[in-house]
Amino acid sequence: MAVSQSHSSSRRVALIGNPNVGKTTVFNLLTGMRQKVGNYPGVTVEKKTGRMEGDVPVEIIDLPGSYSLSPKSLDERIAYDVLSGHLAGEPRPDLVVCVVDASNLERNLYLVSQVLDLGIPTIVGLNMMDAAEEAGLSIDIPLLSERLGVPVLPMSASRNDGIGKLKYQIRKEELAPVLDRQWTLMSAVEVEVPALIEVLATEAPKVPERQRFIEVLQCLTSDTMLDYWTKWAPEFQKAVQAVRSRLQENKVPYQQAEVIGRYGWLSPLVAQVVTRKKDPGAASVSDRIDSVVTHRVFGPLLFALLLLLIFQAVFSWATPLMDVIEHGVVLLGSLARDFFPASMATDLLVDGVISGVGNVVVFLPQILLLFFFLGLMEDTGYMARSAFIMDRLMSRVGLGGGSVVPLLSSFACAIPGIMAARTLANPRDRLITIMVAPLMSCSARLPVYTLFIAAFLPTGTVLGLITFQGLAMFSMYLLGTVMAFVASLVLKKIVFKGETSFFAMELPPYRMPRFKQIFWRMIDRSKAFVIRAGKIIFGMSIVLWGLARFPVADLSPEMASVRMEADQAYSVQVDSLMSLGKSQTEASELTGKAMAATYHSINAAESGYLIEHSFIGMIGHGLEPVMRPLGFDWKISAGIVSAFAAREVIISALATIYSVGDVDEDSPLLREKLKADRYPNGDPVYTPLVAVSLLVFFVLALQCMSTLAIAKRETNSWKWPAVMWLYMTGLAYLFSLIVYQGGTALGWG
Amino acid sequence: MTVADLKPGDRAVIKGWLTDSPPIRLMELGILPGTAIEVVRFAPLGDPIDIKVRGYHLSIRKEDASQIVLIDSFSA
Repeated sequence: MAVSQSHSSSRRVALIGNPNVGKTTVFNLLTGMRQKVGNYPGVTVEKKTGRMEGDVPVEIIDLPGSYSLSPKSLDERIAYDVLSGHLAGEPRPDLVVCVVDASNLERNLYLVSQVLDLGIPTIVGLNMMDAAEEAGLSIDIPLLSERLGVPVLPMSASRNDGIGKLKYQIRKEELAPVLDRQWTLMSAVEVEVPALIEVLATEAPKVPERQRFIEVLQCLTSDTMLDYWTKWAPEFQKAVQAVRSRLQENKVPYQQAEVIGRYGWLSPLVAQVVTRKKDPGAASVSDRIDSVVTHRVFGPLLFALLLLLIFQAVFSWATPLMDVIEHGVVLLGSLARDFFPASMATDLLVDGVISGVGNVVVFLPQILLLFFFLGLMEDTGYMARSAFIMDRLMSRVGLGGGSVVPLLSSFACAIPGIMAARTLANPRDRLITIMVAPLMSCSARLPVYTLFIAAFLPTGTVLGLITFQGLAMFSMYLLGTVMAFVASLVLKKIVFKGETSFFAMELPPYRMPRFKQIFWRMIDRSKAFVIRAGKIIFGMSIVLWGLARFPVADLSPEMASVRMEADQAYSVQVDSLMSLGKSQTEASELTGKAMAATYHSINAAESGYLIEHSFIGMIGHGLEPVMRPLGFDWKISAGIVSAFAAREVIISALATIYSVGDVDEDSPLLREKLKADRYPNGDPVYTPLVAVSLLVFFVLALQCMSTLAIAKRETNSWKWPAVMWLYMTGLAYLFSLIVYQGGTALGWG
Repeated sequence: MTVADLKPGDRAVIKGWLTDSPPIRLMELGILPGTAIEVVRFAPLGDPIDIKVRGYHLSIRKEDASQIVLIDSFSA
């Protein structure tokens, strides 16, 4: 049946509260670093639990921040399901701790009144007492506790005030039962309740007696909760349905009955408990900050400056660290090659395992930096203001103001950008943001842009000011951004059509940032990335290594003889040096140096040959007929396939195919090889038009398994990453096709 | 008159909703008949609006604000 019961000896404590009340701070203070992060089965909602130290084992469940238990979002649905024991494997908690904002008591108590109706022993943590005092509010705590019928503990979690008492209260042997319901629904609705409770009690006897009322209420007001009972208690579901239609006929606004009833109880209660010592009209510090921060001129200016700073940080401050990591990975690889004998296993270790780990770790500097800034923005309350400023602009493309930061972050890298979309409360906005974020040109595309623009696009300036190549680079960024906006409009119109949303966002008071909290979250996000997405990226790296390494082709006779000749020349040289009196070591060393270039070119030619005959090469040849209309030959196609791991890989892949050994995007050698490449009929493989077509392909295609991995983690399903890959690859193909075919028709080829 | 017609600094009391099915979430956030409301400021581009209700700041779009009817100040 639907209600799980607690069996374990440890006390289960659920932590709940409105967003922005310091609930996470309380959770961290209660559990320290003894935390576990997972997902609730089958949904995207993150499940955070932690243990509290002490003799009695206490498990704390941090529920998602919620304004109400009547589910409007997936987060709130989970909060209600955990509290009511509706989730399999999640027994009803033994105790609920409700964290409320003392400076904003009335709205916060709305959620408390809902929790009380569950009949579970409850403690109210009256947080932010410092802010309430500053605002000139005085709260009669004993009276509040008496009226609610539960312990009320004053605290200021950000100063670590009152946490000791909360811990003591949580561990208390006897948990006091809560009082019976003290408020009533409008009478037309109230009279219907007892009969419905009766039906529910008969059909679902496992629902605890004290919980029956709120179950009935939820069904009356929420369609999702009504649907839930279709399976577990069909008679009850029908009875509620009948009552609903009757109330509808009599024009009773029953959906509003709960809100009106609860506030009818709470408003006078708060008026009794809270005294204002200051003139409520006086502007607070927060109001004064807002008059600048959301000012018509300074507001957007400040936001632009802040974005520039974040952009700069993620784009360039992270680069030295990323270079260190990349060099470290290369160094580790060569150390491994020195240490282990040359073998397939060593190749797997170096090119598969070590570079696979490198592919994961290299993103950490950007993720840490971005989450530092995001943490700062959220912790101070500025995040809500940035959404307030940008909402109007973003609503034109079907998004809200909250999507600005995740999308701009994606210019550096889509992975932290997608993770940043967590700050969006509206699940539809969050999903659309995740889906379009990879269209923003990330820093991994930059080396590809650099190589092809520098090699194939004309130099010279436009209007004598902007270089043509600079303009081309800018166009790439612009194309990605415009397509992201178009895609979000289309997603909103087609995929999520008919879903109405409205916008209601709290503008919390400004607060001093708490760096400990920000640090904790940076660690938390990085762990989530490394552990969850890391596994997939690591696995894919090994698969791609295998595709490029196997099958191992036999070298052609000519190649074999070239190497044999070189080997013969080598031993002849060594012998002659030794006859001149050099030791064997000296002779080998000198000869090795003299012939290094020869061997380098032989090795490069052999790797090129091997990759042509590997699976990647075969896939490249196989794809050629499909890719030719875009102007790509098998080598580019193979490069694109290997770039599926990460975009910049196309450069080293092309370098291998063109047998130039290890190079980077600025290598003149690779550029020359590309320019010199000809089809059998003598036509150049790369024309400026092919380069543009390839650039457009890279702007639009989703060639980044890390993005897919993180999208899988954030949406908790493979469906959205699959849709993402398909639509982006489709767009890339279509636009490259238009560019190449259009260009050829116009005679630009 | 609706909340969308107010100017920054204006205060009023809510009478009800233009629609038969008002967004329950806004009601849960404390926007109910009889609630006092103050428009604090508009966003730089004129939308959304920053309103003060039950002692805290809430930002709503004009589109939704135009559904919230106010008590006529003369008859109140």
